[in-house]
Amino acid sequence: MKRRWTLYDPRLAWLLVAPVLLLLIFFLVLPIAVMAAYTFFTFVTAGVETSALTTANWHEFLTDSYYAGFLLKTLRVGAITALLCGVLGYFPAYFIWGTTFKHKWLLLLLLIVPFWISFTIRTFSWINILGEQGVINVALLKMGIISEPLPMLYNEGAVILGMLHFLLPYMILNVYVSLEGIDRTLISAARSMGCTSAQAFREVTLPLSLPGLAAGLLLCFVLAAGSYVTPQLLGSGRDALFGNLIYDTIMGELNWPMGATLSIVLFLVLGSFAAIYTRFMGMSQIVKGLGG
Amino acid sequence: MKARRKEEGRWAWRLTGFVTVCVYIFMFAPIVATVILSFNASMFGGFPMTGFSLQWYVKLMANEPVLAAFRTSLWIALVTAAVTTATGVVTSFALVRFEFRGKQALSTLVILPALVPETILGVGLLVLIKAVDQPRTMLLLVLGHILLAVPYVVLITQARMVGIRRVYEEAALSLGASRFSSFREITLPLLIPAVIGGALLAFTISFDNTSASLFWRPAGVETMPTQILSMLKISISPEINALGTVMILVTVGIPLLGGLILQSLTRLKRRDEPKEEAR
Repeated sequence: MKRRWTLYDPRLAWLLVAPVLLLLIFFLVLPIAVMAAYTFFTFVTAGVETSALTTANWHEFLTDSYYAGFLLKTLRVGAITALLCGVLGYFPAYFIWGTTFKHKWLLLLLLIVPFWISFTIRTFSWINILGEQGVINVALLKMGIISEPLPMLYNEGAVILGMLHFLLPYMILNVYVSLEGIDRTLISAARSMGCTSAQAFREVTLPLSLPGLAAGLLLCFVLAAGSYVTPQLLGSGRDALFGNLIYDTIMGELNWPMGATLSIVLFLVLGSFAAIYTRFMGMSQIVKGLGG
Repeated sequence: MKARRKEEGRWAWRLTGFVTVCVYIFMFAPIVATVILSFNASMFGGFPMTGFSLQWYVKLMANEPVLAAFRTSLWIALVTAAVTTATGVVTSFALVRFEFRGKQALSTLVILPALVPETILGVGLLVLIKAVDQPRTMLLLVLGHILLAVPYVVLITQARMVGIRRVYEEAALSLGASRFSSFREITLPLLIPAVIGGALLAFTISFDNTSASLFWRPAGVETMPTQILSMLKISISPEINALGTVMILVTVGIPLLGGLILQSLTRLKRRDEPKEEAR
C-alpha cells in the first residue's frame, strides 16, 4: 500500500537532492573508490595496466625515499604558506572589523575581487613583478643599486609568494567572519574591568577569533599542499610539489596505478588533517568561511 | 571602540593599518602591473615601458586559438552556471526545509568538492572513465565543472534560505497554491540575491578552472586557462598581458555589473514599499 505524501515528505527530499547526489556519487565518491582499487593494479607499460592485484605500487611508494621527500616538501611548503597567511591575514581582518571607516564595504569588496580574477592570471602576473624584466629588477637596475637582475623567480620563495597571494583572501575572510561573531560588549567589559587594550585583545578577542583562524589555516594548508599551477608557473623543476608529481606520473609517464597511489596518499594525508580539525572544531566554521 | 584605540593601543592600531595597506598592495600590485604592461609598445613582455600601444589587443583579436578557447570557456561556464544554480537551489531547499535520514552526511558530502584538491578530483574521474573504457568528452568536462561549483552555490543559497521563514510558503499552500507555484511565487523571489550570487560564482569558478580542466578536457580542446598556461610555456609576451587584462575585465566586470543592477533593483523596490522595509 502506498503511503500518502506528507508536506515535508522525506521521499520528496530525496527526489529534490537526486541530481546533485547522483553527480556527487559518480564524480566524487565512485572515482575515489575506483582510484583506491587502482592502487593495487599492475603497471605493465606506459598507458597499460592489468587488474592483477599487487602491492608493488604501495611498496614502491613506501620504500623509495623519492616519494617521501616529495611528500615532506609539499607538507612543509603548505605549512609555511598557511602560517604566513595566518600572520599576514589577521591584521587586515582585524582592521576591517575594527575600523570606523565609512566605506568598509569597499575593503571587503576588494577582498572578494581577487576570487573573480583568473587564478592563472593572478599567478603569472607575478612574473611581471619578480622577473628579470619585472618591476623590482628594472627599478633597481635604473637606480643603479644592482648591475645584474636578481634571480627572484623560479625558486621556492616565488612559489610560496604566489600561493600566499591567492590564499590570503580566504584567510582574511575566515578570520573576519569569526571576528564579526564576537559580542563587542565583551571587549568593553574587559576594558572597564581595567584591561589594557593589549590585554583585552589577548584575553578576549584573540581566543574568540581562533576558530576562524584555525579554519583559515586548514583551508590554506590544504589548498597550498594540493596546488599544481603555482609551482608549475613560478617554480623551477626542483620546486615541483606533490600535485605536479601526480600530474607527471599520469599525463607524462602514463603510469596510472602509481598516479592513483600518489593521489590516494595525498587524499589520505590532507584528509587526516581535515579530520583532526573537524574533530576539535566541527564543520561549521569551514562552511562559514567558504561563503555560507 | 574609542577606548580600545586610546593610549598604548594607538601604535598597535597604526601597525595594523600599515600591514593592512601592505597586504592590499601585495594583492593588487601584480594585477596592476599586468594591466599596465598590456599597453606597452615594447616587443618584450616586461618593463620598462617604451610607449603606449594597443597593438597587443589587435593581435589578440586575430589569434584564432585564443578566440576558440575563449568561446569554449564561455559556453562551458554558462552551462555550468545555469545547471549548478538550478540543481543547487533545489538541493538547498531540500536540505533546509526537510528532515530526512542522512541529511547531515549529505550536507558534508556536498561541500567536499571544495575541500578535496583538484588534482585528486581530476585524477579520480580520469581513472574511473579509463576503468570503464570511456573517452573524455565535453559532457564530462561540463559535469566536472558543475561538481566543482555545487558546494559554493549550495552554501550561498542555503544561508539565504535559512532566513526565509517557511510560513510564507505554507500560507501560499494553504490558500490553494500548488507546491511548485508556491516555490516559484514565494521562495524563489525571496531567494533571488543568493541565486544571482551563486550563478555568478559558478560562472567564474568554471571560467577560471585550470588544474581539473587539464585532466578532464577532451583531446585537442583548450579552455581559456589551459590556453594561457600553454602560451606561458613558451614565454611571457605582451599579448598574454593583454589577454589577462581582457579576462580581468570580463570576470570582474560581470559580477560588479550584476551587483550594481541588483542593488538598483532592490532600491527601486524599496521606493515602492517604503513602510515594509522600515519595520
